[in-house]
Amino acid sequence: MTVLNGLSALFLIAGAGFCLAGTVGVLRFPDVYCRLHALTKVDNLGLGLVVVGLALEAGSWATALKLFLVWFFVLISSAFTCQLIARAALRRGVGAWGGTREP
Amino acid sequence: MHELRIGVAFFLFLTLMAGLVRVIRGPTLTDRFIVAQLFGTTGVGVLVLLAADEGRAALRDVALIFAMLAPVTVVAFVRFAIGDPPEASREEPPR
Repeated sequence: MTVLNGLSALFLIAGAGFCLAGTVGVLRFPDVYCRLHALTKVDNLGLGLVVVGLALEAGSWATALKLFLVWFFVLISSAFTCQLIARAALRRGVGAWGGTREP
Repeated sequence: MHELRIGVAFFLFLTLMAGLVRVIRGPTLTDRFIVAQLFGTTGVGVLVLLAADEGRAALRDVALIFAMLAPVTVVAFVRFAIGDPPEASREEPPR
């Protein structure tokens, strides 16, 4: 168990925690727009931490680069899809949360 | 490290399954659809974790393809959900 291993394990566990937070957000937040927010921000951070953890002990630069490329594509796509989905929901007349908790 | 990677991958899979509750509960079509986005992000995470073991490096390419194709489903959904613009908002043809 080297320092690199420990660091990698730390990143992997932190990434798993963020992914859990994203799913909890999707399940618990009150409306589409809040859920979309949890989904496209927190989950991407979780994936990023997992990618960093794996890249630390990837063994070759090519593998690490490919991992970061995967993360980059996911980041770009969720930046665009978040806008597209929110606009589609607005056009369909999905209301935003009014600020009171549902019972 | 092998056990940790498999464990984290399984944990991510469990959060993925928990996300399916949102598909059942809705209430709107968009609520159901955003879980597809969850599958895109977390599914890619599971794939890169599994690819870190020896002999399964090809899964990393699968993750890359997943990441590139995920936005296509969203664009298809948005086209379907919005549909054609209503008649009134179309521009008048020039006379």
